[in-house]
Amino acid sequence: MNKQVHTKQEVLAGLEYGMTIMFGGFGLCGIPEKSISFISETNLGGFHCISNNAGVDDFGLGILLNKKQVNKMTASYVGENGEFERQLIAGELEVDLIPQGTLAERCRAAQAGIPAFYTPAGYGTVVAEGKESRNFNGKDYILEKAFVADFAFVKAWKADTAGNLIFNATARNFNPLMCGAAKITVVETEEVYPEGALNPNEIHIPGIFVNRLYHGKNYEKRIEKLTVQE
Amino acid sequence: MLTKDQIARRIAKELKDGYYVNLGIGIPTLVANYIPLDINVAFQSENGIIGMGPFPTKNEVDADLINAGKQTITALNGASYFDSAMSFSMIRGQHVDLTVLGAMEVAQNGDIANWKIPNKLIKGMGGAMDLVASAEQIIVAMMHTNKAGASKLLKRCSLPLTGVRCVKMIVTNLAVLEIREEQFILKERAPGVTIDEVRKATMGDLIVESEVPEMQF
Repeated sequence: MNKQVHTKQEVLAGLEYGMTIMFGGFGLCGIPEKSISFISETNLGGFHCISNNAGVDDFGLGILLNKKQVNKMTASYVGENGEFERQLIAGELEVDLIPQGTLAERCRAAQAGIPAFYTPAGYGTVVAEGKESRNFNGKDYILEKAFVADFAFVKAWKADTAGNLIFNATARNFNPLMCGAAKITVVETEEVYPEGALNPNEIHIPGIFVNRLYHGKNYEKRIEKLTVQE
Repeated sequence: MLTKDQIARRIAKELKDGYYVNLGIGIPTLVANYIPLDINVAFQSENGIIGMGPFPTKNEVDADLINAGKQTITALNGASYFDSAMSFSMIRGQHVDLTVLGAMEVAQNGDIANWKIPNKLIKGMGGAMDLVASAEQIIVAMMHTNKAGASKLLKRCSLPLTGVRCVKMIVTNLAVLEIREEQFILKERAPGVTIDEVRKATMGDLIVESEVPEMQF
C-alpha cells in the first residue's frame, strides 16, 4: 500500500472553500508547516480551523489568518497572535475556546467513532452553557461532541510509505489524535522509509488512519519561547 | 511577606515521594526549584511529557521538546512522551497526584477563576479547566491581593469561573489557607505577618481556629 503523494496539488486535492480543517501541533511545536504553506498559496478560505493554538503573527496558522483565510477558530489558547486579536475585535473572526483536554478528546472521539462523551472539564463555567450535564457517582459532567471535520493536516517525524507514523518528543501532541478524525487525513513527515523499514512495535499511528503522506523538507521548526539555562 | 520564590518553597514542602505533579505557569513553575532532596517526584506537562527536566543549555535546545508554557525544556532519564488525549487521561483520571496553579480569584466555596478578565481580550483556558475539574489535590499559588490592592480571596468569584468547588489549599505571600465548609481556614502566617493583616487582605470569611504558626521552610 503506498500513500505517498509528491505535489502540492495532491496534498490539497478536494480542499474547498469553507471546509472544517484540523491542524496538529501545540504552539508552534509539531505543526504541519508545509501544508499550511500550501494552503496559504491557494485562493481558498472561509475555513473553520480546529487547532490547539492559532500560531503567531507570521508563522503557523498566523499565516492563514494574515491572508484572511480563516472564518472560525476552535482552540484552547490563542494568546500569542496579534493579528488574531485584531480580527477578533473587528468581528472578522469567530472563536470557540474550549478546554485543552476536551479538544483532544473531541478529536479522539471523532477518530474512534464515538459521537459524544461526558467530561468534568468546564462544568459550572461558561463552557457548560447550553450543554447537557449529568451526575455520575456524585460528580457532575457535561456532554461534549466529537468533531466533524473535512480535512486533518498532521505532522509526523518518521513514516513508511504505507502511512505508519512515528512522532518525535512533544511534537506528538494532537497529531496522532487527528489522524482519521476527519474525512481526509494528510500527513507530512520529515523522514519517509520503504514499507517494512519501521519496527511495527514502534509505530504510534497505523497507516489505516492516513490517506496521504507527503515528504516535507527543510522544516523551519520555529521556537516560540526559547528558554535556556546559563 | 513572602516573595514568589518563597511561596514556591512553601508549596514544595507539600510534595511527597513518588508524586506526579503538574505545575502551571508563573509562581507554580518555581516549585520545581525547591524539591526536597530526599524525595523523587516527576513533573507532567499537559502537552505530553512526564519527566520534564530543567531548561536546556544552548546546545541542547530541541524545537520538538517544549512544556505547556511553550518553553524549551529537557527530558530526564526515564521520561516518557504521549499524545494530548493520553495526557488528559492522566489528569481527568486522577493519576496526577498534585496540581499547582495560579489564580486571579478564589472563593471560599473552592471556586476558582484564572482564565478570563471581562473587557480584556480572551486568551483561552488551555488545560486549566480540565486540571481543576479533575485533580484530587489542587494548590493555588498566588499573591493575596491583586495589583490594585484588592483581595483575591472572596466570598464569591466575580470573574468567569475556571472550575467549581475544587480548591482546597492556597499559599499566598501572606498565608497558608485551607478551604473547608465554605470558609477560608488560616493555617499558617508568613514570617512577620499578623493575623489582622491576613484578615484585612481577605474578603471572604476567614476562620482562625487556634494559634496560627509562622511558616517553616
